[in-house]
Amino acid sequence: MTSLPAQPTPKRLGLVIDLDTCVGCHACAVNCKEWNAGGYHAPLTDFDPYGAAPDGVWFNRIHSYEAGTGADARVVNFPKSCLHCDNAPCVTVCPTGASYKRGSDGIVLVEEDKCIGCKLCSWACPYGAREFDTDAGVMKKCTLCIDRIYNENLEEVDRVPACVATCPASARHFGDLGDPNSSVSRLVADRGGYDLMPEMECAPTNKYLPVREKTTGAGATLPLEDASPEGGFLGWVDRLLSDASAA
Amino acid sequence: MHPAYSIIFFTTASGLGYGLLAVAAVFVGTGWLPPVRELGAIIILVGTVLVTAGLLSSTFHLGHPERAWRALTQFRSSWLSREGVAAVLAYVPIAGLAWGWVRLGEVAGAWLVAAWLTPVLAAVTVYCTGMIYASLKAIPRWHHPLVPWLYVMLGLATGAVGFHLVVAMFGAANFRSAGVAVAGLLAAAVLKIGYWRSIDTADPVATAETATGLGGFGNVRPLDPPHTAPNYLQKEMGYRVARKHARKLRKITLVTLFAIPLIGVALSVFAGFFLGAALAVIAGLSVVLGILIERWLFFAEAVHVVTLYYGEKAA
Ligand code: SF4
Ligand code: SF4
Ligand code: SF4
Repeated sequence: MTSLPAQPTPKRLGLVIDLDTCVGCHACAVNCKEWNAGGYHAPLTDFDPYGAAPDGVWFNRIHSYEAGTGADARVVNFPKSCLHCDNAPCVTVCPTGASYKRGSDGIVLVEEDKCIGCKLCSWACPYGAREFDTDAGVMKKCTLCIDRIYNENLEEVDRVPACVATCPASARHFGDLGDPNSSVSRLVADRGGYDLMPEMECAPTNKYLPVREKTTGAGATLPLEDASPEGGFLGWVDRLLSDASAA
Repeated sequence: MHPAYSIIFFTTASGLGYGLLAVAAVFVGTGWLPPVRELGAIIILVGTVLVTAGLLSSTFHLGHPERAWRALTQFRSSWLSREGVAAVLAYVPIAGLAWGWVRLGEVAGAWLVAAWLTPVLAAVTVYCTGMIYASLKAIPRWHHPLVPWLYVMLGLATGAVGFHLVVAMFGAANFRSAGVAVAGLLAAAVLKIGYWRSIDTADPVATAETATGLGGFGNVRPLDPPHTAPNYLQKEMGYRVARKHARKLRKITLVTLFAIPLIGVALSVFAGFFLGAALAVIAGLSVVLGILIERWLFFAEAVHVVTLYYGEKAA
């Protein structure tokens, strides 16, 4: 049913992405592709993968932006995947019931067998989180790794999304954003986590942690060591060699 | 937005078809047009073929056309689904109208009810088509209160020109058929110009700064791209070719969709049979060309907010 479930859902599973620590290595995008190419939406079709114009389905894309100018400018790595919105327009526009938001945990999914491939949901999503699989003729998107997070065959520590498990900088955090005491909710509260494009009124579940203020610690301002040291062993060597070269 | 030819054909053909059927139904319903069987057969055939061809073409761009029936199930939330349901329901009064007009040669009783339900369901269907676009907040130029009414008025105007053309062929054109076409064209032109004014002066809804949340540092510019070749999003939503020619294309739209048909239809009533029919044909051809350009521009001019992540400054 493409009407949205009653809000708030008992759990609101999602991601918290730390723009301050993301190093832009694309590891999460690669591991997302790797896991999901064999997962719920398998295969994630690629056309011309090693050619001049590769084109394929990815659920997670790592942008990078330059913001501001001069000394205050920042370079920010910016991963973007489905935000599992509470007020998901991609769900309500779907004419077939293929797109839906789960009432239990708020995850937004596409049931491929019902999808007619009209692409309307991808038009409705402001964030570009849905990519059409031209080969399969259906819409595909981030599943929040439902086939990992509930997978009893995996060790408990591995029951997190592939992108979260792989991030070398721990810039991606997974948890229940509906529970104010969860680690992700506390992170959002402490760091001032925010919504992307709030004017679209999608009420995204995923939050982004802002880039921290620039630190002006001692390390950044200490001058380099003096090239003509006074006294001591280094001073003696310096004097000796300077005299030698002068001679 | 990338203008898919199947969608352009679908929305214009079905708008024209429903408009033609609606105007014809009103004319026989009121008795302004005697229910001549041959005339009815042609109008209902052309109208139904246009509507049906449009619906079929809208399934061409689907990934799975064989599952299209599923699109009738989610009418509680989806305008696309509502459109499908309305389109199926609209066949009922159209069939009733056809039965009375073509088979019995009189539109009375239940067939008269069908004649009056035809314009209602035709308008509802085209309104739903417009709402599919108007309901998408992510495309600010479409998310506009005038959009569904534009679809309805343009369907009515193009259909009225078509109706005038068919009756002119039968020597039955008169001030009424011309008047409805002229009024429809004028009303649609006013709406369209008002719509263009409104979207041209509207403030942007979102910016690269709000899309990323990085506006606190200043202007946001893309640095390293997320992928080395264009992806689905850029191909589907990143269409920019028409926007630089938009001014010129708008002028061409005004001339072909409104000016030439208005003049053609208006003059045709004062001319004799042959000249009148010829003028009506010119009006009809021009209106078809005009509505195709208008619809193409409607897509090509629309900016999707996802392009903010790919270098667009504001949408
Ligand atoms: S990010 Fe896009 S696809 Fe994901 S729930 Fe929100 S609107 Fe839907
Ligand atoms: S593409 Fe599939 S999931 Fe998306 S709106 Fe159409 S039917 Fe629904
Ligand atoms: S949660 Fe899973 S599907 Fe979604 S971006 Fe991360 S790895 Fe990909």
